[in-house]
Amino acid sequence: MQRDKHPVTLLTGFLGSGKTTLLAELLAHPGMGETAVIVNELGEIGIDHHLVRQVDERTIVLDSGCVCCVMRGDLADELRDLFSRRIRYEIPDFRRVVIETTGIADPAPILFTLLSEPVVKHHFELDGVVTTVDALNGVDQLLRQPESAKQAAVADRLVVTKTDIADSASVTALESRLAQINPTAPMFRVVQGKVEPETLFGGSERDVRDLELSPPGHIDDVHAFSLILDEEIDWTAFGVWLTMLLQARGEHILRVKGLLNVGEEGPLLLNGVQHVVHPPVHLEKWPDEDQRSRIVIIARGAGRDEVERSLAAFNRAAKARG
Amino acid sequence: MCVLCGALLSDHWAETEGGRRARADRVRLLNRVLGHYGLSLDDWAGSVYTVRNGKGGSAVVQDVGTLWQAAEGLAGRPLDPLDPGLMDTLEAHAEG
Repeated sequence: MQRDKHPVTLLTGFLGSGKTTLLAELLAHPGMGETAVIVNELGEIGIDHHLVRQVDERTIVLDSGCVCCVMRGDLADELRDLFSRRIRYEIPDFRRVVIETTGIADPAPILFTLLSEPVVKHHFELDGVVTTVDALNGVDQLLRQPESAKQAAVADRLVVTKTDIADSASVTALESRLAQINPTAPMFRVVQGKVEPETLFGGSERDVRDLELSPPGHIDDVHAFSLILDEEIDWTAFGVWLTMLLQARGEHILRVKGLLNVGEEGPLLLNGVQHVVHPPVHLEKWPDEDQRSRIVIIARGAGRDEVERSLAAFNRAAKARG
Repeated sequence: MCVLCGALLSDHWAETEGGRRARADRVRLLNRVLGHYGLSLDDWAGSVYTVRNGKGGSAVVQDVGTLWQAAEGLAGRPLDPLDPGLMDTLEAHAEG
C-alpha cells in the first residue's frame, strides 16, 4: 500500500530573525514528535529525540540558467537518504520534515527541488513555508535586502518575532509592510518561539478572495495586487499566458496564487513561486456564492492594469474561433 | 513544474488538464501569439511541438514550459505577454 507523502515545512527568515529559537521551541512541544529536521548549521538545535541532520548547501545549476530553478542537490540527497533509511528501519519513523534554511537562502530552489526531483516529489510534499521576520529590524531588512522581501513573499505563514522587545510602532509598521508584500499569508506574533505547532503546520488555506490589498508606495517595491475576473477562465489559455509571463517576467513575479473559475463545479486552486508552479488542485466546491476568479500576484515592477489586460486578451483570443 | 526546466518533468502543470482537445486549442492560441513574432508552431504526434521562424530555423520542445525560451531564440527578441502590440493583436482577433 502506498503511504501518504511526508509533509515538508520550510522554515525561512533573514539572519537573526529567530528561526532557530522558533524551531527549538517547536521541537520541544509534545505535538512535534517524530519530526525529522534538516538544518545548515546544527548550532543550538540539540534535541536528542528528533532526527536532526545537517547539510552543506550545495546547488546544481541546470542548463536553463534560470536562477530560481536550481536543484538543491544537498536537500535532494538528504531527503532521498531519509526515506531509504526509514524503509530499511535504520532510523525511526518520522511523520514530518522541517527544513531550516540559512538566513540568506533563496527559498525558490528548495521549492523547485521538492516539486521536481523525481524521487523526492514521489515521497514528500510541501506542507508550507513559514517565514520569521524580526520586529526590531524587519522593516529595514525588507527595504534593503531583496532576499528578505522574497522570503516574506513566498510565505504561507508569517511569524513576527521579538515583539516583546520592539516598540509597538515598529511592530505595527512591520505588520503593515508585510500585509502589503504578502496579504495571502496569515500573520502571527510569536515571542521566544512560544506557539502551538498546529498554528504553523497544515491547516486551511486563506481564501484569496477575502483579502484586502493596500496599494504599493512604488511599483518597483514588492507589492500584491489582485485580478478579479467575471468571465470564466479558459485553463488552456491561462497556462499559455502564465508560462509566457513567467518566462518574460519571472524574476519579478514572486508569487501567483488564486482560485480560478474554469467552468467546473468547483474552482481550480493555483499556487506558484516564481517559475515553480504547483500542479493545480481541483476543489470540489466554492467556499461561498461568489464564483468569480481571483488571482493574487506578488510582484515588483509590473502593474495590475497591464497584467489584467494581458490575461483578458489571451482568454478572449482562446475563446474566439477561427 | 518550472517553465524553463519543464523537460525534466513528466507532466508540465499547464498541460495536465483537458487531453487532446485542450492540446489542439493550445496549438491554435500559441500560433496566434507566436504569429505576432513571425513564428509558427506544429504539434508533432501529440507528444512534442515544433516551433519555426521564417528563416528556416526550428526547434523541438517538450511542452509549453520549454517553448518560450526556444521561441525567443528563434524570434531574436524577447516575447512578453505584456507587450502592448501583442495585446492589440489578440484583442483585434477576439473582436473578429
